[in-house]
Amino acid sequence: MTTQQVGQPGAAPSAAAKKAPRRQESKDFIGASPWTPYLFMAPYLVLFVVFVVIPVVYGLWISLHSWDYLLPGKPWVGLENYVNLFTPGSTTSGPFWKSMEATGKYTLFSVPLLVVIPLLVALVLNQQFRGRTFFRGVFFAPYVLSIAVVGILWRFLLDPNVGLINYYLGQLGIGTIPWITALPWAWISLVGVTVWWTLGFNAVIYLAGLQDIPRDLYEAAAVDGANAWQRFLNITIPGLWPVLLFVVSITILREANMFGQSYIITQGAPGEETTTAIIYIAETGLRQFNMGAAAAMAYVLAFFLLLISIANFAFFRQRGD
Amino acid sequence: MGEGRSGLRGLTRQQFLALGAGAGAGLFVAGCGGGPQNNPAMQGAGGDGGKTYEGPKVELAFWNGFTGGDGPYMRELVEQFSSENKNINVKMNTVEWVDYYTTVPSAVRSGKGPDVGIMHSDQLGTNAARSVIIPLDDVAGALGLKESDFASLIWNAGMYNGNRYGIPLDSHPLGLYYNKALMEKAGLDPNKPPQTGDEYESALSEMKSAGIQGTWVSPFPFTGTLMWESLLWQFGGDLYDADVSKATFNSDAGVEALTWLVDLVKDGHSPKDVAQDAEYVAFQNGKNAFHWNGIWQINAFKEIEDLDWGVAPVPQIGDEKGVWSGSHNFVIMNQQPLDDNKVQASKVFINWISQRSIDWAKAGQIPARNSVRESQEFRSLEEQSTLAEQVDYVHFVPPEPGIGDVQVGSFDLAVNEAVLLRKEPKAALDEAVGKADQLLQENREKYQA
Repeated sequence: MTTQQVGQPGAAPSAAAKKAPRRQESKDFIGASPWTPYLFMAPYLVLFVVFVVIPVVYGLWISLHSWDYLLPGKPWVGLENYVNLFTPGSTTSGPFWKSMEATGKYTLFSVPLLVVIPLLVALVLNQQFRGRTFFRGVFFAPYVLSIAVVGILWRFLLDPNVGLINYYLGQLGIGTIPWITALPWAWISLVGVTVWWTLGFNAVIYLAGLQDIPRDLYEAAAVDGANAWQRFLNITIPGLWPVLLFVVSITILREANMFGQSYIITQGAPGEETTTAIIYIAETGLRQFNMGAAAAMAYVLAFFLLLISIANFAFFRQRGD
Repeated sequence: MGEGRSGLRGLTRQQFLALGAGAGAGLFVAGCGGGPQNNPAMQGAGGDGGKTYEGPKVELAFWNGFTGGDGPYMRELVEQFSSENKNINVKMNTVEWVDYYTTVPSAVRSGKGPDVGIMHSDQLGTNAARSVIIPLDDVAGALGLKESDFASLIWNAGMYNGNRYGIPLDSHPLGLYYNKALMEKAGLDPNKPPQTGDEYESALSEMKSAGIQGTWVSPFPFTGTLMWESLLWQFGGDLYDADVSKATFNSDAGVEALTWLVDLVKDGHSPKDVAQDAEYVAFQNGKNAFHWNGIWQINAFKEIEDLDWGVAPVPQIGDEKGVWSGSHNFVIMNQQPLDDNKVQASKVFINWISQRSIDWAKAGQIPARNSVRESQEFRSLEEQSTLAEQVDYVHFVPPEPGIGDVQVGSFDLAVNEAVLLRKEPKAALDEAVGKADQLLQENREKYQA
């Protein structure tokens, strides 16, 4: 089960609430069997039940056992997997909370950059200039690479002793920087690589949002004497509000689920400093076959993401209305 | 688990279900419960243990993790086998070792796994306990394989709980690769690699005065942990006690071994902050003079044209000789329902390859069979036979179930933090032993449940 999907139900009520008044009319419009809407939703609903609802419930069941799918005994342990996570000194609590801390730090460092920088890029790419389409492509290009390619590429570039970046810095007389083996450099590298890799995706979403804002608003404001900054604050930002909410939400969820960058570039080192929650959960569940404990951790992580998503929506709704 | 938690255990599965919360899940779980017959013992009985195969034509899926220069050698052997044995067609599939040990169990469980495969000796316990592989005592018996045919350490590495689960194919110890050009540059005899602690340290200081960092120390399992394990055994220590119930690697020997490695970094014989594989790349680029790595790298280094190198046994730094080694073993998968014909054909296949392990030795391995290791043909493989001198004092990680998880959660981390100069060796190892003991305890509960 992915935690992203667990986060989504937070979005559903607000969307449904807004559409509520229109439901009355649509009933008259269709005028056919009351089952029709459900029939249309059925294909999605089937997928949702099979790939989300059942795994979520089954995962909860697993988390209440000491569960190795190949061992004959899968003893029931009640809430022990959860209690262990909150008991200092147990085998799972130390590494798990350390990995949660790593995930939290990484999310905190990367999300602001991934919200702001793509917006700036989108604002520039929304201007009229020669080669605009080319540059849009340039900024989006890294995003089409898989994390395996990105990770291995940057691991070679960033290697402290045999990497290209330190070689050139050395030519400039700058000493060896431990890009991927010491703090805070490892975080700087991981965040930097991620910004380079994914900023194109957020920028494209912003760009679509920018193109939806009616031109005449800007023209009217310019006639009224608003300068560029005032137009940005009073037209662009309000016009982008729903897009901003979307970008912030998916960026938080995506970065909180970070796996590949740490796994490939730093191997979770130094020590366990860059071992993210997802790495530790995967390690516990899939390599140590400790599915019960891993499932419990996934629920704890999902719970935190749910809280953050709710806070996020609450903030944007309050400020948006 | 602690007494205090018994209250939580007190809520039984039935009570939980009665609460209703899991009622739906319960039905679902019941639906997919069951599982394979967990009685793998002796399903192959009735056969002759793998001398011949007379049954109908079968196709065997053979999986391994030979993704490096060793893959083509194994593939060639497999093709030769298939052409000599018309009614057994072997299909080889290669998966990276890291993924192999997660993929194979689930593939076997779903009936889509291999019939026969390769596993490292320290993985046999885990996979035997999880019923992924079946005992092969009858193969050893029928083929007349005895301990005396093998180096005894390698032979015993294939045992788990009194049963034989693996037929050893090879052993692959660590060795000392040395760069001859760098040795000349430092004024050392390029044909006389250092073999004792004193020689090693004086060679390093010659290197240092020539501006060369002699031995790069990696903070990662490959190759940092392997170096530390070898040194631990050399200083007279061990990873665990005799019945693998307690970790013992924070002994004086363990601390001395780790301190020796860390001092290489502190004294400037190794750069700080060596990243994954940097020490290996640096050896190939002529920057790292003495590189401790596995025998399986022989062919990789041979392919580099400008690299003038040699290989020697790992130097004896501590009080006795000792070196880390792994061992590849043939295993037969517990693929349900077990097909007697396929099991029999697999045994024939294992026996055939095992007897031709000289060809496998060329891939950069030491054959497990004494007869092959002592043959003239093996002696003519210069690098391999040099490293085979270590065979009497190699050490293996014990094949206890879940032992790999103990390593990942304890001394791999300690070596990492100490080599990166984040923790003192003793403090790092003391902390790791605490974790290891807990993990060993959990493994006992898990695999005996």
